[in-house]
Amino acid sequence: MKRAYLRGTAIAAALSFATGAYAADEVRIMWYSDGNEGEVVADLLKKFEEQNPDIKVTLDNVSYQVIKEQLPITLEAGDGPDIARVTDLKALADHWLDLTPYLADKAYWDANYGEQADWMRPDGSQAITGFMTQITLTGAFANKTLFDQAGVALPAAGSTWDQWVEAAAQVAQSQQSPAAFAMDRSGHRMSAPILNYGANYIGQDGMPAPVDAGAKAFLTELVGWTEGGQNLKDVWVSAAGASYRAAAEDFINAQIPLYFSGSWQISNFSTKIGDTFDWVAVGNPCGPDGCSGIPGGAGLVAVKYTKNPEAVGKVMDYLASEPVMREFTQRSLFIPSNAAIRAAGDLKYETADPQVQPALDAFNADVKNLSPEANALPAWKWASAYYTALVTRTGQAMAGEMSLDDAFARMDSDIAEQVAQAGQ
Amino acid sequence: MTMQGEAPAGAGNPAPQQAPARRSIGAVLAAPVGLLAHLLDGPMRFWQRLAGRGGMIAFFLLPNMAVFALFVIVPLGINVAYSLSGGTQLFLPSRSFVGPENFARLLTCDNHLAPATCRDDLFWIAVWNTVRFVALQVVVLVAVAMTTALILNRSIRARGFWRAVFFFPVLLSPVVVGLIWKWIFQRQGLLNWLMVEMGLDPVNWLTDRTWAYVFSVGISVWAHAGFYALILLAGLQAIPRHIYEAAEMDRTSPARAFRRITLPLLWPNLLVVIVLALIRAVQVFDEVYVLTGGGPGTSTMYLTQYIYETGFASTLRNPGVAAAASLMMGGVLVVLTLAQIALTRWRDRQ
Repeated sequence: MKRAYLRGTAIAAALSFATGAYAADEVRIMWYSDGNEGEVVADLLKKFEEQNPDIKVTLDNVSYQVIKEQLPITLEAGDGPDIARVTDLKALADHWLDLTPYLADKAYWDANYGEQADWMRPDGSQAITGFMTQITLTGAFANKTLFDQAGVALPAAGSTWDQWVEAAAQVAQSQQSPAAFAMDRSGHRMSAPILNYGANYIGQDGMPAPVDAGAKAFLTELVGWTEGGQNLKDVWVSAAGASYRAAAEDFINAQIPLYFSGSWQISNFSTKIGDTFDWVAVGNPCGPDGCSGIPGGAGLVAVKYTKNPEAVGKVMDYLASEPVMREFTQRSLFIPSNAAIRAAGDLKYETADPQVQPALDAFNADVKNLSPEANALPAWKWASAYYTALVTRTGQAMAGEMSLDDAFARMDSDIAEQVAQAGQ
Repeated sequence: MTMQGEAPAGAGNPAPQQAPARRSIGAVLAAPVGLLAHLLDGPMRFWQRLAGRGGMIAFFLLPNMAVFALFVIVPLGINVAYSLSGGTQLFLPSRSFVGPENFARLLTCDNHLAPATCRDDLFWIAVWNTVRFVALQVVVLVAVAMTTALILNRSIRARGFWRAVFFFPVLLSPVVVGLIWKWIFQRQGLLNWLMVEMGLDPVNWLTDRTWAYVFSVGISVWAHAGFYALILLAGLQAIPRHIYEAAEMDRTSPARAFRRITLPLLWPNLLVVIVLALIRAVQVFDEVYVLTGGGPGTSTMYLTQYIYETGFASTLRNPGVAAAASLMMGGVLVVLTLAQIALTRWRDRQ
């Protein structure tokens, strides 16, 4: 009896040891998708698990709203996923893990993702917290079919906002469109033309500068275009505060000849427009100071509250590797974030839509022409404060609630309140 | 007496046997509860002897009070703590104590009637928008609910059907209400399609400040009138018929009967309806937020939206200011609720 008991205990101990020895480390990734990238990364992670049976990766596909509203609260409570795909990278930088000790080749990361490393780490830090899954760039799209039907030529590269709006207005009049153009209701989007009109948000000391003449010049034009009916009023006026509104559906439904948004819309257009009409990416209309877009994108970052930092490091190494990023980019129809892939310039996007490759080529070319002011914004911690004030007050001016001068004064005081709040 | 071996009396003609007593489902279900009560009876008597009558009351109230404390008192306390804190952190222990600074930010104005002169102009825009909304919505809502109740109280054909029709919107989720009306009023919506079909020019309803305000009031009335009509209908049906019959015999006109009989006897119900509608109107948010997003500009941004945007939706959340604003709004709601309680007591005394 005693022998049987001992044998049972030994078997139980051996089994529990074996279970412990083979228990996989679990890595949870919180992921949101604009297009098909969730499916693509799921495929890639399956391959990773085959190569690394000791690591189990769980991909939690969530809405962007969850990333924006719930993830920050979870992080504040010292919890969260092991890895997350995030756009608000700088504001949450204190919650990211420094991956440096867990990466196989730090030099590879510095060479290929170093350019955007500051976007996702606290000011002054040298940590490697993650990498951009793609680079996005603001830019405009034109409904070529509407332009052709109206007999209006697409303005040439290097044309100004005035020239584009004038041409689009002719198309709108001819095709009875409700407006000549639409711009997403977003501080990030409107900042591209603002900077091209000579504005600079960042003061000498790195703190927010007052709204300057360049910003005032473009905002005056934009409000004028809205009052004049050239800018689609619905997008900007039918919301309060800094609420985000995209005008993509109006472009997809062929309601507007010109749409100012960004490269992330390409996959969306390819899926929803199909061959209904021809569309082209036309880059950033120019202002007196240039034709730069504003970069951005989503980053994949490690969360410092993870219990498996080694496993997280392996997953991040795998996803950031050149072959994996190449496949991810080609299948998701993104601008590559990996410097080597971008430099090679030999991506073959996997799409049957003939409009996609030229559009992505156009954005890829634009990435090389970014102004220093535009390039600085993603890593600037006060960008959100500036964007919020710009959208809120411009929206009020467009609705006729306040004069432009009052709006400019309020933008400055709103930004000052945000800076004061952060200092509390 | 029956002798052993003898057949019992009447054995040749047996009397019908009494059917076993049937137990209702309720009795079957209640049996375990009865058993439990029986088992607890002794300990409870013992406990009552120890604690006394007052102690027993407290003992029975304790579970309810614990739930109330957990879901009302504790969150209220946390809200107060947030209203006195500052900084950009979300987690309360990481935030700094700033005292009444958030209240000062909200209340600092050169002229409270002119939001542009206020430090936080959006808060005062939301306050005055809410006041305008409440003033119109409550009046229209009560008028519509009253008219509906009066009509449904008459002997009309398919009265049950019409009651269901008027009550149906109350059953809809506010988000559904907002979406339905948005599909009707938006630029490419049903209303504009109808107008174009009729040869009229389409109108961009939701970018017009006046129309957006009117529609925000209108859909709110549509969504809630059925509920208040039901309260008034119950009041109307409680008015004795013979009073109207006596008035009829005196050849009282219907208008005079309404003024002199219906209104005074319905007044207690009407007061409750007005106060409840006031409380609900101050809290307006969901259906209007879905319909207009607070626009055009800020013309339909009401107080709850301001709190939501400031505390949760904005990229730069400010939970301290949002908490302070919600406490101030809570103060208004407490006043209205106390008014309702006072009016209900007054009605009961009538």
